[in-house]
Amino acid sequence: MFGIEALDLARIQFGFTISFHIIFPAITIGLASYLAVLEGLWLNTRQEVYRDLYHFWAKIFAVNFGMGVVSGLVMAYQFGTNWSAFSDFAGAVTGPLLTYEVLTAFFLEAGFLGVMLFGWQRVGPGLHFFSTLMVAIGTLISTFWILASNSWMHTPQGFEIIDGRVIPVDWFAVVFNPSFPYRLAHMATAAFLATAFFVGASAAWHLLRGRDNPALRKMLSMAMWMALLVAPIQAMIGDFHGLNTLKYQPAKIAAIEGHWENHGNEPTPLILFGWPDMQREETRFKLEIPALGSLILTHSLDQQVPALKEFAPEDRPNATIVFWTFRVMVGLGVLMILTGLWGLWLRARGRLYQSRAFLHLAVWMGPSGIIAMLAGWYTTEIGRQPWVIQGLMRTADASSGHSFAQMSLTLALFVVVYFALFGAGLGYMMRLVRKGPVTDEGKQATEGGPGRQRTPSRPLSAADEEPDDSDTPSGRS
Amino acid sequence: MGIDLSLIWAAIIAFGVMMYVVMDGFDLGIGILFPFVKRKGERDVMMNTVAPVWDGNETWLVLGGAALFGAFPLAYAVVLSALYLPLILMLLGLIFRGVAFEFRFKAKADKRHLWDKAFIGGSLTATFFQGVALGAYIDGFAVVERVYVGGAFAWLTPFSLFCGLALIVAYALLGCTWLIMKTEGRLQQQMHDLARPLVFVVLAVTGIVSLWTPLAHAEIAARWFSLPNLFWFLPVPLLVLLCTWALLRAVASNAHYSPFLLTLALIFLGYSGLGISLWPYIIPPSISIWEAAAPPQSQGFMLVGALFIIPFILMYTAWSYYVFRGKVTEEDGYH
Repeated sequence: MFGIEALDLARIQFGFTISFHIIFPAITIGLASYLAVLEGLWLNTRQEVYRDLYHFWAKIFAVNFGMGVVSGLVMAYQFGTNWSAFSDFAGAVTGPLLTYEVLTAFFLEAGFLGVMLFGWQRVGPGLHFFSTLMVAIGTLISTFWILASNSWMHTPQGFEIIDGRVIPVDWFAVVFNPSFPYRLAHMATAAFLATAFFVGASAAWHLLRGRDNPALRKMLSMAMWMALLVAPIQAMIGDFHGLNTLKYQPAKIAAIEGHWENHGNEPTPLILFGWPDMQREETRFKLEIPALGSLILTHSLDQQVPALKEFAPEDRPNATIVFWTFRVMVGLGVLMILTGLWGLWLRARGRLYQSRAFLHLAVWMGPSGIIAMLAGWYTTEIGRQPWVIQGLMRTADASSGHSFAQMSLTLALFVVVYFALFGAGLGYMMRLVRKGPVTDEGKQATEGGPGRQRTPSRPLSAADEEPDDSDTPSGRS
Repeated sequence: MGIDLSLIWAAIIAFGVMMYVVMDGFDLGIGILFPFVKRKGERDVMMNTVAPVWDGNETWLVLGGAALFGAFPLAYAVVLSALYLPLILMLLGLIFRGVAFEFRFKAKADKRHLWDKAFIGGSLTATFFQGVALGAYIDGFAVVERVYVGGAFAWLTPFSLFCGLALIVAYALLGCTWLIMKTEGRLQQQMHDLARPLVFVVLAVTGIVSLWTPLAHAEIAARWFSLPNLFWFLPVPLLVLLCTWALLRAVASNAHYSPFLLTLALIFLGYSGLGISLWPYIIPPSISIWEAAAPPQSQGFMLVGALFIIPFILMYTAWSYYVFRGKVTEEDGYH
């Protein structure tokens, strides 16, 4: 049907569910650390603004975390339901890595989340801070394991193949496979940046509407420091990651560059824009800069970058897609760096909170981190095709082989449910953001003492001052 | 090495799944009981009794999946792809149920009923298809050369559908007795009144499943009814009857804690009965835990971590329950 087969549907389903999923953990990773910093600053400085911000962002964190949990549950089962041949072939490696993620990260997050969100008055400040820290550390441990597993699929090592199945022989080599350190650093940094721009946009949105309080200013200030310092670091990590990919997955680099063939000994040009055409085996309408490709990727002017025609047609990733997803990511990265620099310039002149042009830019940059991260993941994952495990197993051999009808039914269900539910969830998050941090909102949460009504430890919908609780005697939900 | 890693991992996974059944059982049960409670304040209380712990409860399901993947990849591959549709529907149900926890308290008054319905529908769907998956699991899977060869709807049998219904009443009883423990006043009284009929329904469906299973599967009948097995396993049904009797008495005497604890015991006994029926097959009816095992390099690597970490998990999970101990009332809603 339309040239789409059950395998394509399986790939679309995985791509769809994981694209939705990754947004939530990325924000979770960033916000958890942000909340830990805020609570640490509150305990150290006792400035109300930090406690106010903590309570404001904790509400948004809670909604986001819930969506991450339920969409992640799907991922944990999808390997088996949709990719059973992969699971049987490589389960001995990826299964234990996933198990370690559950044991060391998911339980840690879930175990301390309750106290972090609901326990502001049930435990002392030290223990509460400890809980926040455990949640934040849990999110990072989770990143560690899932990226070890994913990186192994890009650069597998530390295994043997016996009876047609992967047998791990050296776990250290499996976990610390060649692309892992770069991918881990790149993803963790991406999560921090995505969160920083989300936080910064939230503050800018309010400032543009004439709302101004110390909490909003603190949000924008912290976000712009992150942009200034971390966006350039991210560009450097990305460069190292690219060099690593060149070494281990040259076809992916050739596809990203839309680079089809080398001529004689001349250095490889860099194609800025163009349309890689897989059938015609050329990049059409291209705009290129001579020798820059060699300079960026080999840091020299005499070495060439591998070209797509050096790989058999059935071993080439789709250059049309990764060429553009890569450019979206890099373009947004450059914008992030520029935003950080502009922010610094305005800060030096004392106009960070007043420049409307800058605040507008900050609002527009709100989703930039998320979009760049998704574009980056499409680049690396589609760039690995046609392999599911580089050089070991083709994606076509990995699926469960469900029928077209089954795959279309479940895909349709996922699409409808995800857009409806997670769309509503994002809507609720935005509504919380629009309410903005209120001065002294953190104070309310600690006024209820023993024997009195406990004010909501997490002033969640208690902070929604909508007249929607009229049927409860206490007036609080 | 004299250690049977596969046996240990089967035990760990069985433990994880039981933790899941017990813990997510009562919070799914609350969703199933939602239609019986109409007042918003009481519904808030019901949700708040599990709000701080529900995602920890659900993590045991993730552990079950991940550990199966790591320790028995063949079983993970075969069973999950064989149960494709029921598992996807279960997951979608869990999504509806999970987001309702947060969204319900964020929604405006005119939209809240939607999330109440999502909570009810999601809990019912997730529970029903868990039961269906369990029933299909007992029925077994057709496997040729490590690949599932049964059809897309092989799981759809009268027995599996009945198991789906059976699990709904079992989780409802767990939720009901959990609420007796965690609430007071009118809501608690309502749960008291509901408990007694629920116990009888649970006893009836347990009896039907217990008879249907050996009648449909000669090998399971042989496991239970041959001598000397019969004497070893006889305590299980006897203890079920004893627990049911004690449970009815506890409810009648308005006890707060013992109904929940006795329901846990009942669930544990049912779970043991299942283990007795299926042992040692991880892909019934014919692939054992040893045949589906990952290489010892994988199982050993995981075991080091599991033995070290699971005690800590149990400790801080218990601590979290301790922090949120006691009755939940409308005044101290966390939300």
